[in-house]
Amino acid sequence: MAVAKTARGGAKAGRPLSPHLQVYRMTVSMLMSILHRITGAALYFGTLLLAWWLVAAATGPAYFDYVSRIMGSLPGRLVLLGFTWALVHHALGGLRHFLWDTGRGYELKTIDLLAWLTILLSLAITALVWAGALWLE
Amino acid sequence: MSTKDTMRTPLKNVRRLGSAKEGADHFWMQRLTAIANLFLAVFLVWLVVALAGAPHATVKAALASPLVSLPLLLLIVSAMIHMRLGMQTIIEDYVHGEGAKLALLVLNTFFAVVVGAASAFAVLRLTIGA
Repeated sequence: MAVAKTARGGAKAGRPLSPHLQVYRMTVSMLMSILHRITGAALYFGTLLLAWWLVAAATGPAYFDYVSRIMGSLPGRLVLLGFTWALVHHALGGLRHFLWDTGRGYELKTIDLLAWLTILLSLAITALVWAGALWLE
Repeated sequence: MSTKDTMRTPLKNVRRLGSAKEGADHFWMQRLTAIANLFLAVFLVWLVVALAGAPHATVKAALASPLVSLPLLLLIVSAMIHMRLGMQTIIEDYVHGEGAKLALLVLNTFFAVVVGAASAFAVLRLTIGA
């Protein structure tokens, strides 16, 4: 049994904890909640890519071409594909949170529907964006 | 608040326990920047798709326009505030040691400011400088 710890890490006398993540059956809304946080953290570090691209453009043609080639390579494209999906998914998750902020959308059916819409629309929009980008290229 | 209304002593404030009374501001800024990001991120995706694979001269010319650089600058500011608040929440949720938490919260702010400043500097240089 898990034992409660004090803020400084010392064990307290056998105090039981409420069950945590590992004992619950995964639901789609739970997965979307986890993905919202993971995509948020990924976008946090993904801003380094945007900064790199902008700094490269400000630096000059030679360095910009070098960065452009890395980002246009297959591994580069895969990272940017993941970046796109994370951005779209996080944005759609944010829209869900705006609805919940108004006190609406808490019925179980609505929650499930919104969760499925989030994952399906995030994949669809990502595919559309990349289809557009590859077509224009 | 009068001290007579509560059984608590000022000691808890000295120990920095309890609410810092900034929670509502955190919540509000997170939402406010989220609304801004929604529009500005659509702009960014459109811009990047339009410039995908473009040579340096084209990208430079695009970023020289205020119609491009201004939304980019707004996005940089809004995104940095938003992501700093988000990462702060993650750190406070998972890091319980006071020293590690404090160090990561400082690093979090530094990261947002440095990435934001570098990006903004690059955009400004392309649109008004060099």
